[in-house]
This record gives sequence, C-alpha cells and structure tokens, in this order.
Amino acid sequence: MAQAVAANTKWWSGGKSPFNIEYGKLMMWYFLMSDAFTFGAFLIAYGTVRMSSNGWPDPNHVFQSAPFLGDGLPLVFVSLMTFILIVSSVTMVLAVHEGHNMNRKGVIKWLAWTIVGGFAFLGCQAWEWTHLFHEGAWWGKIPVYAGSHFLNADGSVPSTNFSNFFFTITGFHGFHVFSGVIINIIMLIMTIQGKFDQRGHYLMIEKAGLYWHFVDLVWVFVFLCFYLL
Amino acid sequence: MEHQSMSSEITFAPEHHDTKSVVRKIIKTTVILSVITIIELALGYIIFFMHKNPDHSVNLVLAIKGVIVILSLAKAFYIVSIFMHLGDEIRNMIMTIVVPLFLFVWFIAAFMWDGNSYKDLRNTYDRHHAEQTNVKPTNPKPAEHEEHSEKPAAEGVKQEKLH
Repeated sequence: MAQAVAANTKWWSGGKSPFNIEYGKLMMWYFLMSDAFTFGAFLIAYGTVRMSSNGWPDPNHVFQSAPFLGDGLPLVFVSLMTFILIVSSVTMVLAVHEGHNMNRKGVIKWLAWTIVGGFAFLGCQAWEWTHLFHEGAWWGKIPVYAGSHFLNADGSVPSTNFSNFFFTITGFHGFHVFSGVIINIIMLIMTIQGKFDQRGHYLMIEKAGLYWHFVDLVWVFVFLCFYLL
Repeated sequence: MEHQSMSSEITFAPEHHDTKSVVRKIIKTTVILSVITIIELALGYIIFFMHKNPDHSVNLVLAIKGVIVILSLAKAFYIVSIFMHLGDEIRNMIMTIVVPLFLFVWFIAAFMWDGNSYKDLRNTYDRHHAEQTNVKPTNPKPAEHEEHSEKPAAEGVKQEKLH
C-alpha cells in the first residue's frame, strides 16, 4: 500500500517534498507524535503507581452506572462512549474523502456529523464526571466507607491516586476532544464560506482529520487502561 | 488534474481510487474496529465474572488482559493505517513515525517492572506499610444530604501517599 519511489527521483535535492507530503500535514504528524508521548507518559505513570500499590479499586465496581439505567451495569456506558467516538472518526474519514473529490456539500454533511459526535462524547464524559463527583470522588477525594464501590479489590482503603489519575487523564483527553470540536467547527465554517474551493484543495480538512483520529486513538488506550485492565 | 491544485511541494499525484472502493474500505474497517471492541468488552465481562469467584486463577486473568492489550494495539494499527491514511504514505515517512514509537515497548516494560519491584521491596522492608494498606473500613455510608467531607476514613487510618 505504501508508495514506492523510483531510485533516480533524488528525494533530497530540494524544490519538492522528499516524502511527497505537504509541510503542514507532516508537521501535524510530528505534533501528534509528541502528544502521543505525553499521553503515553501519563498512562505509564498510572500503570507504574498502580503496580506499586498493594491494592487498587476494581473498575467494574467503580464504573457501573449509566444515565437513566441506574447501577449494576459495568462497561455499558463506556462502551457507548467508545462507539460514539469511533463513529465520529468514521464520519471524519468520509468528510476527508469528500474533500479529495472537492465535494463541498459532502464535506459539510460529514463534518457536521463529526461535530455532533464530538459533543455527544463530551456530554457523556460530563455525565460520568458529575456522577462520580456526586458519589464523593474528586481530585484528592475518594469515598471510603464499609461497602463502598471504591474500595480496593481486597476490601482495603483505597488511595486517592485512583481518582487523581482518573480525573487528570480523562480531563486531558476531554480537553483534546473539546479543542478538536472547536477546530472542526472552524473547519466547517471555512468550508461553508468556500475557502477551500478557492484554494483548490481540502488539505486543511485532512489535517483536522488527523487530529480528530488521534483523539479517538488516545481514547482507545484510556478506555483500555482505566476500564478494562 | 488533482495534483495541479495541491501544494507545489507535491510532485506526484496520490493514487486516486474510485469512490465506491474507498467507501467500501472505510466501512470494512469500521466493522473490524467494532468487532474488536465487542470482543474486548466480552473479555472484560469474563474477567468481571471471574472476580466474583474468590478462587479464580490470577494467571488466567492476566492472560486475558494480555489478549485485550493486543486487540487494542490492533485497533490502533487500523485507525492509524487506514483512517489516518498513514498506510498510503511513502514508506520512509511511515518509518519516521512508527520506529520512534517502539520506544514505548521499553518505556512500558521498564516502568511496570520498576513499579512492581518498588511494591515488593517496600512490603519487605516496611512492615508498617504492608499492614496499613490492608485496613478495611468499618464506618457506615454517610447520609445522602450530608456534605461530602474529606475522605471519611476508618479510625486510625491515614491516607498513604506515594513518596
């Protein structure tokens, strides 16, 4: 699938992109690499602290609620959130594809759906945070009483490391989702105004798409570390 | 026709597939991602039910978690290669992205090992810590209308912070 290039094209002789990629797009990739290391560092820190702790809360006991459906449903709500983000990634791919075909109306349609998906995810995350807050969990706080869902798996008192890490990392991720939604809204406005038809290419949508997919990718690993492992 | 309107840095046009095959590929990838997610959730539920039995095999739980991690890496591969189109780029450029990320293998292995070692060493040389982290709370749940105070811990238990 990767493009092969004939040996005599002298990639590095100047005047053209050696990787046949627009400068802005390449730089977006390298920014995403740096952000990947940031989130990687956060998640590995979480793993390290968890490995070094004698006990840790069981995610299936802490995260077992869904809106309107009450308790006793581990993994249900977070699955919904994961599907919302995957679907919004798919609509983003379709928007980029329409951009390749210079189809302005198509780009508007799929970009709008991506924004809807982004807001839906943020709403879900806000509900999750509010619900946990009302149960007594927050930065520096974790509800401790006999029979609390938040007790370590062996029944002992949990450390606030759990809630600190959860809110910090999902907070950073949620902030990235929020900024991604803002960027997508700006892209939508520019598309409606015909800016990309003027330029002759929809490369900007591709770059916004890369950022949005990165946000989805980070969620895959946040969901993995906090809810499944 | 397409490469004339793109940035002047790009000298050869990217492969231009027809819309139908592209959309079909996107849908196929979406289905793959959804199926992998459903399998991960199923495995998560299996672990949930295993935990209800106090005699469950710890190694089996770890093995299932290992499978879940590999499935997540597969999801990452599909998202990056097909949704982000990295698979369509020039091979050397792909390598500038993928090769540095292999540092994560060392990063994760080293830190997990270190964290685990810290726990074992501390439990060995700090009996107070080993005993203290085993205290179970006996206080009842505070009434709903009461203000949530700072960690209503069981008597005599201090919140342990990682030094």
